[in-house]
Amino acid sequence: MEPPSHERPPELRRYWRRNLRLTGALLVVWFLVTFVVSYYARELRFNFFGWPFSFYVGAQGALIVYLAIIWYYARRMDRLDREHGVDEPDER
Amino acid sequence: MSKARVPSGFRIQLRRIYFLYTLGFVAFVLALAGLEQMGMPRTLIGYAFLAASLLLYAGIGILSRTNDAVEYYVAGRRVPAIYNGMATGADWMSAASFIGLAGGLYQQGYSGLAFIMGWTGGYVLVALLLAPYLRKFGQFTIPDFLGARYGGHVPRLVGIVLAIVCSFTYVVAQIYGVGLITTRLTGVGFSVGIFLGLAGILVCSFLGGMKAVTWTQVAQFIILIIAYLIPVVWLSVKQTGIPIPQLVYGKQLERVTQLEEKLIADPREREVRDIFRRRAAEAAQKLETPGRSFAEGKAALQRELDVLRATNATREEIAHAEEALVRYPRNEAEARAAWNRDRANAPRAAPPPRHGEAYPGKDEATRDIARKNFLALVFCLMVGTAALPHILIRYYTTPSVREARESVTWSLFFIFLLYISAPALAVLVKFVVYNDIVGTAFSSLPAWVQSWARVDPSMLSISDVNRDGIVQLAEIVIGQDIVVLATPEIAGLPYVVSGLVAAGGLAAALSTADGLLLTIANALSHDFYYKMVNPQAGTARRVMLSKVLLLVTAVLAALVASLKPADILFMVSAAFSLAAAGFFPALVMGIFWWRTTGIAATLGMLAGFGVTFYYMALTQPWLREVVFRIPQTDPIAPLWWDIQPISAGVFGVPVGFAVIVLVSLVTPAPSAQTRALVEYVRYPEQRRGAARDARAKGAGEG
Repeated sequence: MEPPSHERPPELRRYWRRNLRLTGALLVVWFLVTFVVSYYARELRFNFFGWPFSFYVGAQGALIVYLAIIWYYARRMDRLDREHGVDEPDER
Repeated sequence: MSKARVPSGFRIQLRRIYFLYTLGFVAFVLALAGLEQMGMPRTLIGYAFLAASLLLYAGIGILSRTNDAVEYYVAGRRVPAIYNGMATGADWMSAASFIGLAGGLYQQGYSGLAFIMGWTGGYVLVALLLAPYLRKFGQFTIPDFLGARYGGHVPRLVGIVLAIVCSFTYVVAQIYGVGLITTRLTGVGFSVGIFLGLAGILVCSFLGGMKAVTWTQVAQFIILIIAYLIPVVWLSVKQTGIPIPQLVYGKQLERVTQLEEKLIADPREREVRDIFRRRAAEAAQKLETPGRSFAEGKAALQRELDVLRATNATREEIAHAEEALVRYPRNEAEARAAWNRDRANAPRAAPPPRHGEAYPGKDEATRDIARKNFLALVFCLMVGTAALPHILIRYYTTPSVREARESVTWSLFFIFLLYISAPALAVLVKFVVYNDIVGTAFSSLPAWVQSWARVDPSMLSISDVNRDGIVQLAEIVIGQDIVVLATPEIAGLPYVVSGLVAAGGLAAALSTADGLLLTIANALSHDFYYKMVNPQAGTARRVMLSKVLLLVTAVLAALVASLKPADILFMVSAAFSLAAAGFFPALVMGIFWWRTTGIAATLGMLAGFGVTFYYMALTQPWLREVVFRIPQTDPIAPLWWDIQPISAGVFGVPVGFAVIVLVSLVTPAPSAQTRALVEYVRYPEQRRGAARDARAKGAGEG
């Protein structure tokens, strides 16, 4: 349920929709690496540079993915802000 | 709302200050190392670290003293992303992260990784769902947001109570940690240690609020990360020849795994484990009829001695029997205590766990329960991370929405540095214990083992259970905290590094306590007093009140901590579940679903928090005693789907969401004003986007 469309200019609506899509996609990645890999931790025991794979993911791999997600989101949103004219005046 | 501008001169100056500070800190440590070589006693080194830390934090506090509301509550909103990242890192990493995490991983292996993933993955939720929007909202506290978005005093009041409950349990644990570390560093008593640490917290946050806390936390982060990494890196160089432990400890894990298999099968290890099993079984039997067992045991020893004397046994045999009689408990109470100890040692009869094995268990059902609880704990820690007010308010302090997003990346990066090192440290220390200590003769144990076992048996105790003069793994008991605290000695580093590690632990505990105390004081002074009781209050009066409340809260927390509450670890973990269920649904829904109503949010917060707390009070023996007055020894009510009380949030969070959605649908839609607010927080800057629209429209029509 969304408010009537005249309240929200289409440019902003497009911005928000793209933001939601990006957020959703990144949350799926977050979910896969956290819960799906951990769920199959006993099965994913093959040797990964010395670590059992699932142990490596829990101790390091997942953290790298989290960092990448957040970094990518910040970068991508900066671009979206500019494309849709909602970026803040230069603060530097 | 005016955009705060960060002049580039300010950034250059910051960089210069913290660069010089880091150099100065390194020079200070090197100077102490030199003095140690020249014979400076250890206690003096400890005092030097404590005094230097406290003076530094006090200095920053005095330099940043302020009475201005924006400066006091949100550090003037001009903290650049990278520094806010460091401050969040220090704010986030508590005594538990710094000291306890690696130890937990040592003891639990894979299961301990729930904390590594949970306490980092939560930042994905912070970055994607909360930080940019809260920054755009741009007030001072989390109850502020609830109050503005949901209207009226009730949601705000619920937010205040939740913020205080979660933060207070957490701050008690930090002050407890401060007391422990100060005691270790200088040898003063525990309560003196607590109040010394309290001084360190207060000089800083009391004078300058968020402004002082932010710049102190940056300084504290630099200390704590250096202190954590030096011993791990050195240990890695010693074991593998490579100074990047995070890359190479997989090989050490392989070796640990081989040693585990050997130790599980080793006949002498089995012998020791059998002794523990037998003792536990005997003790359990004797405890059924303690009075009779005590008398019979004593009589049996006496009879044995008499027989030996009558049959002209050797002097040694008689002396041995006499000693056994002397060592026998003097009365029934003592005997019962000894048997209880033996019975409690039953877990030591189990073979060592396999470090890398996920969800160990004897059958499919146990493994399944372990997996379920692991996933539930990860979930609660993550959502809790994204709901603890003292972390969220840090994102009010950046100059812009853009920098708030960037700042979450930096936060996680700085946290990441420590969190990928902790599992490495656990494996490296485990290798030392399994490879170097197990199998050596008791007469030739390394010096650090002897000194730790002498100073604090709860940290490390080794006894020759099967009397073969050789150390077996089953004969060693290792406390959680020793893994970090003793690493410098294990790696053969000078004492000054041990002092440095303690100073790092102190920085971790103090920085977290600072952030938490500020959250509590601001909830009371800003949200309760200013917004609800006396909206006419002037700025100076509000800031003053906040300072007084900070002092009162700190002293109160210190008093609770000095009572050494029993289940302190449970309290910390409970704070995560409670915050997750209380705050997360209301905050996220408030941003992403404009239809969420105030009544729904209030009920959702209460229901989420209530379900979580109810389940904990039902299933956690200590809390159950406090709430329902049921003795701790009574059997626990059946668990819901085998979930441990620590992960109660796994029930509370969905309930919170469900209540919010359902009640929102049956209550009147929010006002136009609220809708405007939701729109407002969604776009970093609305005007130009709207203008562009108008232009496009004009062009289309024209």
